[in-house]
Amino acid sequence: MTSEPTTRKLTRRHVLAASAAAAAGSFITPVRAAPPEPTKITPALIEAAKKEGKFSWYTSVDLALAEKVAKAFEARYPGVTMKVERSGAERNFQRIGQEFQNRIYNCDVVNSSDAAHLIVWKRAKMLAPFVPEDVAQYFPAAHKDPDGMFASWRITLCPIAYNTKLVKAEDAPKSYADLLDPKWSGKLVKAHPGYSGTIMTATQQLSRDLGWSWFEKLAKQKVMQVQSATEPPKKLAQGERAVMADGGEYVAEELKTRGEPVEIVYAAEGTPLITGPSAIMANAPNPNAARLFHAWSMTREAQQLNIDVGALRSAHPQAVDRPDMKKFSDIKLMREEASVVADQADALKAQYVKYFKV
Amino acid sequence: MTRGIDLSRPVLVAVAALLAVMIVLPVGWLLVVSLTSKEGGFTLANFATLFTDPTFVDPLVTTLIISCSVSAICCLVAAPLGWLVARTDMPLARTIRTLVMASLVTPPFVGAIAWEMLAAPNSGLLNQLWRLLSGMPPDEALFDIYSLGGLIFVISCYTFPYVFILVANALDRMPGELEDASSMLGAKTWQTARLITVPLALPTLLAGALVAFLQALNLFGSPAILAIPAGFHTLTTRIWSLFQFPPKPELAAAASVPLLVLTVLLLRAQAMALGRRGYAVLGGKYGAPRPIRLGWLRVPAVILALFVLAMPLFLPYAALFNSAFSRVASRIVGPDTITLHNVKFTFLELSSTMPALKNTFLLATASATLGALLALMIAYIVARKAMRGYRVLGFLATAPLAIPGIVLGVGLFLAYTRPPLALYGTLWILLIAFVTIELPAAYQQLGSAFHAVHPELEEAGRMLGATRLRTLADITAPLLRSAVIATWCFIFVATIRELSAAVILFTSETKVLSVLIFDLKESGDVGAIAVLSLTMVAITTIVIAAANRLHARPQARPA
Repeated sequence: MTSEPTTRKLTRRHVLAASAAAAAGSFITPVRAAPPEPTKITPALIEAAKKEGKFSWYTSVDLALAEKVAKAFEARYPGVTMKVERSGAERNFQRIGQEFQNRIYNCDVVNSSDAAHLIVWKRAKMLAPFVPEDVAQYFPAAHKDPDGMFASWRITLCPIAYNTKLVKAEDAPKSYADLLDPKWSGKLVKAHPGYSGTIMTATQQLSRDLGWSWFEKLAKQKVMQVQSATEPPKKLAQGERAVMADGGEYVAEELKTRGEPVEIVYAAEGTPLITGPSAIMANAPNPNAARLFHAWSMTREAQQLNIDVGALRSAHPQAVDRPDMKKFSDIKLMREEASVVADQADALKAQYVKYFKV
Repeated sequence: MTRGIDLSRPVLVAVAALLAVMIVLPVGWLLVVSLTSKEGGFTLANFATLFTDPTFVDPLVTTLIISCSVSAICCLVAAPLGWLVARTDMPLARTIRTLVMASLVTPPFVGAIAWEMLAAPNSGLLNQLWRLLSGMPPDEALFDIYSLGGLIFVISCYTFPYVFILVANALDRMPGELEDASSMLGAKTWQTARLITVPLALPTLLAGALVAFLQALNLFGSPAILAIPAGFHTLTTRIWSLFQFPPKPELAAAASVPLLVLTVLLLRAQAMALGRRGYAVLGGKYGAPRPIRLGWLRVPAVILALFVLAMPLFLPYAALFNSAFSRVASRIVGPDTITLHNVKFTFLELSSTMPALKNTFLLATASATLGALLALMIAYIVARKAMRGYRVLGFLATAPLAIPGIVLGVGLFLAYTRPPLALYGTLWILLIAFVTIELPAAYQQLGSAFHAVHPELEEAGRMLGATRLRTLADITAPLLRSAVIATWCFIFVATIRELSAAVILFTSETKVLSVLIFDLKESGDVGAIAVLSLTMVAITTIVIAAANRLHARPQARPA
């Protein structure tokens, strides 16, 4: 990994240099050409996918949901086996970069909870342009890349939550400021931006809106530090900690649905918004299976599945919200800035480690 | 001893070359990269960072505290237990010895996860039980596993067996006559123990202390699981964190060097401690040592031994079984709440399970076979001084002891992600890692076995015209069969447990069970972890039992 001429390097800085025009706003990247024509799922595509027979999907969505998505896809298109590679978004990002540098191409379709990754990969020319029909026809502009490289496969939030057996509803924190109350010392759990894309994205929004001083104070609350944004809700359900400072809304919601004592709080200051785009890799070893899955995953059918079994939210306007979840439009959201995360990720992580020590 | 043209010469040269590639290349790259700046020039800046930046200095200090504590605790526990098992009439002594050895099959990171289930401050089963019994308020905890103390405790649980085995074996070999003489001269039992047994066992205990220190120093899994939630790093987890984006291999390489140097120094110290061991045996044959009568202390002694065994064995496995069949790990399974959900999820839904199982057992079998073969050849060359430079081979085969798994992982990554051998992304790089890591122990086991086989038999074979390789295959190997099988099993088990090198070297296509468990841990999927861990231990046990049946079959009479 020293500077060898033969190895291609992928760094955020390199990417940035190429993108002096990186503007504010989630997905705004310089438009090079018109996006490719939208692709329908045709019998020819299905046949081609079956010929490849398999593909792998790198994702950071909760494992149980990821495997359910895989099973649903395999049931819909028998003959194409789907391998789920589930790890934290930041870990996947590092692995994909490391494998790419060594010319190892294992990944066909990638989904990340850190939208900045897609910007980085796009600039490094690691993505293949492909626009599923549903994306072209229905997805709002904020949820698709103008060059047709990626689109939001999932949307979720990064709220506060608490264990209802350990905390009475009236005592529960209502805001991020409340979490700094000494009564929560030793009772908080939170996930890590060096591992989780959800938390990386949320850390940027929270540090922008609340200031780093909030993190500095939070770090003095003897916080239990876990890695994945999918874990804090599970620690709540186990009763290991009373309150989670951050974590995936959909995981908490699913635990609630299963009858676990978990309740979500949408903080007064606003709740970080997390979009999780998906894309096909330019060097995908199974490009047809990748296209088939990517196209299917954006259909109303698949998006509704994400909502129904995964408690995710969707960019597809025809997908219907679950009645038991708080309506998306009623939640005060923080503004997502993927291009800023792409710019500042290392600094964000370094600042975080300064306060939380790990 | 050479005669005519013999295929053995090229084979010997090949073995030497292989060792050089396995060990010299990664360590060489490690040193080069640690002294290289980002721009590619020579620099000491990486080391300057290492010794001034608190994010490196703190983990270094923490690691030293952990290693010293673990070392002391292991000796305090293993020495009395080893003595009870080897030298007294304590009931169940054989069973207890077997169980301590069995606890070594548990990968330390699985032990750490199990102890999380037991002693997490709020949801831990032991804390819940204590609250129920004592009425302790819900916010207080009897045990907090997410702490420096908790980590030291868990590492000790899975390290003391090494010390125990050393001590028990040394006490087995200790001549009973010296103790008899002491008693005959009127010394009380405890006086004899203090004046004879303890001084004789001391060098072994010192060696054990160093083994424990090294284990704790180089362990990755347990700290990764327990230290990070508690908010601190050890040196190994810090090195691993340097592979997060953007990866800093030059710092990782530099941070590996203190581990390397410390390990080399300690191994020298251990060799010196063990080198003095010989003074106890003055020649002649001794009778088996007479067991010391414990009298009324027999029952308390065995209770104490079982209590110690509860820590690495009974309690963690109870917790693993509980969470394998429970929806939420923090709840005790009852007849009405038992669920097969986790088993179904692991084997029917989790798409990584089968590939990981396949990779793991393929690698374990290949590493065990290749490792045992390589160790056999090296042990032969060294024991029979079969080629010039045999000492170098012996040294190279022992050298990986000084390379912590995570450091070797970093070194192999640096060495094999570039031409001419771009092995990263294949199972080969893992095979090289596993064989390298296990070679020293395998070599030592087989080396000592060779001392038991007289060279006469081989010389007879050679005189009758067999080549050296053929003699080795037809005469020596069968005589050493039990030792070879034991070595094979040892490597097999150790490979399955290996996490620290694998976690640096895997790709999605070459994922092994230990890495899969580690990944599942990070998203908190403890049910699946419990199922996978129990499967892993079950298969390992079956393979060892099968290998031992082979070994139990009637075999050639020892020379």
